[in-house]
Amino acid sequence: MRIAVLALQGDFIEHEQKLSECGVDTFEIRQLADIERDFDGLILPGGESTTIGKLLRELGLYAPLKQKIENGLPVLATCAGMILLAEKIANDDKTHFGTMAITVKRNAYGRQLGSFRTLSEMKGLGVIPMTFIRAPYIEQTNGAEILATVQGKSVAARQGNQLALAFHPELDDSNDIFNYFIDICKAYKSTTK
Amino acid sequence: MENDRYMLNKQLAQMLKGGVIMDVTTPEQAKIAEEAGACAVMALERIPADIRAAGGVSRMSDPKMIKGIMNAVSIPVMAKCRIGHFVEAQILQAIEIDYIDESEVLSPADDKYHIDKRKFDVPFVCGAKDLGEALRRINEGASMIRTKGEPGTGDIIQAVRHMRMMNAEIRRLTSMSEDELYNASKELQVPFDLVEYVHKNGKLPVVNFAAGGIATPADAALMMQLGAEGVFVGSGIFKSGNPKKRAEAIVKAVTNFNDAKLIAELSEDLGEAMVGINENEISLLMAERGK
Repeated sequence: MRIAVLALQGDFIEHEQKLSECGVDTFEIRQLADIERDFDGLILPGGESTTIGKLLRELGLYAPLKQKIENGLPVLATCAGMILLAEKIANDDKTHFGTMAITVKRNAYGRQLGSFRTLSEMKGLGVIPMTFIRAPYIEQTNGAEILATVQGKSVAARQGNQLALAFHPELDDSNDIFNYFIDICKAYKSTTK
Repeated sequence: MENDRYMLNKQLAQMLKGGVIMDVTTPEQAKIAEEAGACAVMALERIPADIRAAGGVSRMSDPKMIKGIMNAVSIPVMAKCRIGHFVEAQILQAIEIDYIDESEVLSPADDKYHIDKRKFDVPFVCGAKDLGEALRRINEGASMIRTKGEPGTGDIIQAVRHMRMMNAEIRRLTSMSEDELYNASKELQVPFDLVEYVHKNGKLPVVNFAAGGIATPADAALMMQLGAEGVFVGSGIFKSGNPKKRAEAIVKAVTNFNDAKLIAELSEDLGEAMVGINENEISLLMAERGK
């Protein structure tokens, strides 16, 4: 099994390290030629969604990746990644892949002074660490299942094989979310091959 | 909790990796930078090339001007305070800036002491030209490092020199035996635990960007290939003929810094680059400020 990590900007190396700890092969997507390889899952890392969204389009990655996601490719999206997946962004006219039925709010906790870490419950995983860095939250779900709520705000959602998180599991010690995602990828692989 | 804050501040820098942080002087420039794909902007009244040309004492920018830029864009906003000027830093924290650059580009306020950055909740980035400087700044509480380079010159030589120096010193530390680390700590004038971290991990404990003199996509890719985790571009963009196009090209060159064919395309028709000054033509070396 192999999982691709979108490596246009942001903390993609942290994701690669986590996946490698979990025993999964990874490779980076930086341009169109990279997605000709076979992969069973995709990571959309943290970073700046405006930067990553722009590069996705200009490097010609937007349409082919969107199609793969629509066809069921498992995706783990953290922070900026969640913004890329959302079908609606409350405080921005622009959307990106728009494949997930959630409305998100960018920089929802304010500036860097509003960044925080907490322990909270995630459905199916129990209590896990959650690190929010200038994070978004899910203002409302338009169909996706909400998996975690912190301080009354939805911060994790799943829709089919898409898993979107407002926080950064790649920055914390726990590998629970990565193992959860790897299971989604394994199930996908077994149904498609 | 205090420790948590420092972690969160280091982690914000991790989110900036692989990106370009651009100097801007107006909300309009900030928007151009954001639309061109900048991962953050540095708000300042005068870019380094103009500071150099104007001479005189250079200080923190007007908070109103900085707030105007914070309101104009959705990406993180940084601003500079003078080395050792902890009240300017307090002001920047009070307006909730995302990152403070305790910068040698401005006139130093203290020729001996840097700001005790551990006392602040907002993160700091500091310049360094060798490993000792980098680790001393980290010990003072910096959560991100950048090379000093030589700001406002469009001359890449100093940034290259500083990045190579840092990398060479890191390699030297990693090859030492453990009992040699105590002496290295003494020589570098930094605490043992930081030396030990570099020895074990082969890298700084915080994100390390390149800055100072980057003017072209090739300059940016050069710094990335030398091991920078991202770049600051100061005067290089808004002192050039076509800022938007140049900014976009530099952003793409940083993402695909190993793809010479793409960088060749990106380097075409960029218009005039900033007029550079060679390091031996200038009398003021900003990199010598703050050790």
